[in-house]
Amino acid sequence: MMNKSSNSPFEKWRAGELDMLSGFCETPKKTERPEAGIHYPQRVKDRIAHEAEEREEHLFKTVYKVMSVVFAVVLIAVLLFTITDLPRFGGEHNPTINEVSERYLEKGMEETGAVNIVTGMILDYRAFDTLGESFVLFTATCAVLILMREDKSERTLRKDERSDRLCRLFDDPIVRVSCKTVIPIIMMLGVYILLNGHISPGGGFAGGAIIGAGLILYAQVMGFERATVVFSEKRIKGITVGALVFYCLIKSYSFFTGANHMESIISPGVPGRIFSAGIILPLNLAVGMVVACTMYSFYTIFRRGHLD
Amino acid sequence: MEFFWNFPFISIILSLLCAVITFLLKGGTAKRLTLGLNLSCIIMSLLTVIRNLTLGEFTYTMGHYTAPWGNEIRAGLIEPLFAMIFSVILMLSIMAIREEKYIEDSKLNLFFVMSDLIQAAILALAYTNDIFTAYVFIEICTIASCGLLMIRDTGKTIIAATRYMIFSLLGSGFFLIGVILLYDITGHLLMPNIKDAVTVLWETGNYRLPLYITVGLMVTGLGIKSGMFPFFFWMPDTYGYASPDASSILSGVVSKIYILLLIKVIYSVIGAEVFFAMGIQYLLLVFGICGMMTGSILAIREKQLDRMIAYSSAAQIGYIYMGIGMGELGIAPAMLHITAHAVAKPLLFVSASRLSAVSGESKRFADLAGSGYRCPVSGACFTIGALSMVGIPGLVGFSSKLYFAEAALEAPMSILAPVLLALAVSTLLNAAYYLRAVICLYSKGSRKIHPDETDKERPMFLISIIAFSAVIFILGIFPGYLMDIIGSGLEIL
Repeated sequence: MMNKSSNSPFEKWRAGELDMLSGFCETPKKTERPEAGIHYPQRVKDRIAHEAEEREEHLFKTVYKVMSVVFAVVLIAVLLFTITDLPRFGGEHNPTINEVSERYLEKGMEETGAVNIVTGMILDYRAFDTLGESFVLFTATCAVLILMREDKSERTLRKDERSDRLCRLFDDPIVRVSCKTVIPIIMMLGVYILLNGHISPGGGFAGGAIIGAGLILYAQVMGFERATVVFSEKRIKGITVGALVFYCLIKSYSFFTGANHMESIISPGVPGRIFSAGIILPLNLAVGMVVACTMYSFYTIFRRGHLD
Repeated sequence: MEFFWNFPFISIILSLLCAVITFLLKGGTAKRLTLGLNLSCIIMSLLTVIRNLTLGEFTYTMGHYTAPWGNEIRAGLIEPLFAMIFSVILMLSIMAIREEKYIEDSKLNLFFVMSDLIQAAILALAYTNDIFTAYVFIEICTIASCGLLMIRDTGKTIIAATRYMIFSLLGSGFFLIGVILLYDITGHLLMPNIKDAVTVLWETGNYRLPLYITVGLMVTGLGIKSGMFPFFFWMPDTYGYASPDASSILSGVVSKIYILLLIKVIYSVIGAEVFFAMGIQYLLLVFGICGMMTGSILAIREKQLDRMIAYSSAAQIGYIYMGIGMGELGIAPAMLHITAHAVAKPLLFVSASRLSAVSGESKRFADLAGSGYRCPVSGACFTIGALSMVGIPGLVGFSSKLYFAEAALEAPMSILAPVLLALAVSTLLNAAYYLRAVICLYSKGSRKIHPDETDKERPMFLISIIAFSAVIFILGIFPGYLMDIIGSGLEIL
């Protein structure tokens, strides 16, 4: 029965050999076949098909480019036109000046204990958002690991060695000596910004970024052999995981007590002191560590495909 | 029962914690931890639904500062219900497939880190009462789904992931610009406060243009991310080249969670009256119907099973947008269809991967012929999923189409006619390609296939696909209960 009916159009379509809609709607045009009777070798046939495909692709790409430009211009025009209708920047009666920002500015220091109101806002008032943001960094690290990770093998080790030799700045005395002076200062500045996040401008994200940049500079100049003595894969993983778990747990305590109207042992303290503002200082440290590790591991993974 | 109100918060924090801990674990342990996490999230969401059915909705302050100053989550009925449904689908998808087949050993735990983060994003996006928190978790969800996609290390997957990422980031960008504009004209990020402000703005007529642009940007952004009509071209490559459980998570959970967020935006941020007075829904109706047709026609043309299922996803998402476009009548059927599609599509992807595994890893219809005999359970479950998508009575796909038609009958003629016509035509088209696939599975193939004898079905896989089919049957026979909860949930959303 199979053999008898296998030539019917229905059977062919069912088996995926026949395209019922070819010639209608969006079907791409069939590439021109060489005339019947002439037997081209397979290689030539492939080339003809390939060239036809390329021609189609070229047309598609041109249309695509034109459409993208048109789309972008229209979008920009619409958004620019919208901006003219928005409230004036810094206007006195703007909708954004309401009870929310008022309380942040007037009671922020008293309630959170942080002189730097931005830190008070992101790590105390709206700490759940910041928790999400730190997890965005963690997600990004994992995604980069998924994309770039290579297991250590002979081949990757040879590749590492070659790339290290190419960008080896250690042999250059000017770079080496100046970095030896600059790196400790960078690190100190990072730690300072991290620790003073609740008192002066700065905080976890800024301080962590500076420390991360310092680490990258160190690894670039001194070579990975020396950098991995301190920053091995295990330690980076440990610090990231430890900081995030710490953030989660300590914030859950504060969320839980807050929502259930229970007394919390966390107090704002005296604003302006280094040990004040409740849990903002440790949270800043945790965020800073996550940021620094994320930056450093991005650099390492993109350079070498693994963390140590 | 009073303690139950902590469960949304506990489940979110637990998912985040599990994601971090999974980072340190080995593959097998990571999988067990993830499944345990999913199960506990399901139980907690279920208990929250039960609590809210008796005690009513609640808001939960995240910290010591009440809402407009601090963060807040909210649980009515829709939120925990859909958190539960999506968690169930996530768990069953993870149970179904043997990841080792597609993923290197050293990256196996990262797969589960990503799925834990998606679990967290599901819960947070469902429960959040703050539009900026929603954006943060959209980011997590976007990056995590890209990670899930590209973890299968082939060139095509990377290209598909890049394309998905570009589309997805475009969507997030639009949503973020929308949030910024909305904050600028209302001064709030908390959903109920924005809603009050928007209602006042709409009545006074101030900032009319920015309001339109904002709503347009948010709808477009979420539309791109969920695969609305003109933006669904990332779908076939993404779902076709990813590992089957990644595509079932992406199609079953990730693209649906954005639609749920869109419905939340319509109801709790803009306000249903204002949104439907704006008339944007007619655009959604047109796009939805176009999506139904284009997706189905492209699916008919497709010669590979999983790409066909992917195009059918585009068509089914068209149904959902058509429902939203019908106005308030269509939202509840659209939500039932979200469930119907979210249950059936992972089942189709997972069983199709099994069927192609017994056909020499080929996905072409010509090679799949007869695979229904080589793997009877997968064949049967695939058939159930396909029939549900076509809309055979007794399965959940039929109930949602029936509710769509019922809702259309109450609508004015200008909506009634195109919706009924679109339903009829697209059902025919659905039948054309799904029945072709089913007939193909149960016909004798001409080619000889040598199935891999060592690749046996595991009990976890069987439990998963049978559970999916059971859910399709149960919801198909008793859709009323779910519709009741959705209906009363929409009233308090």
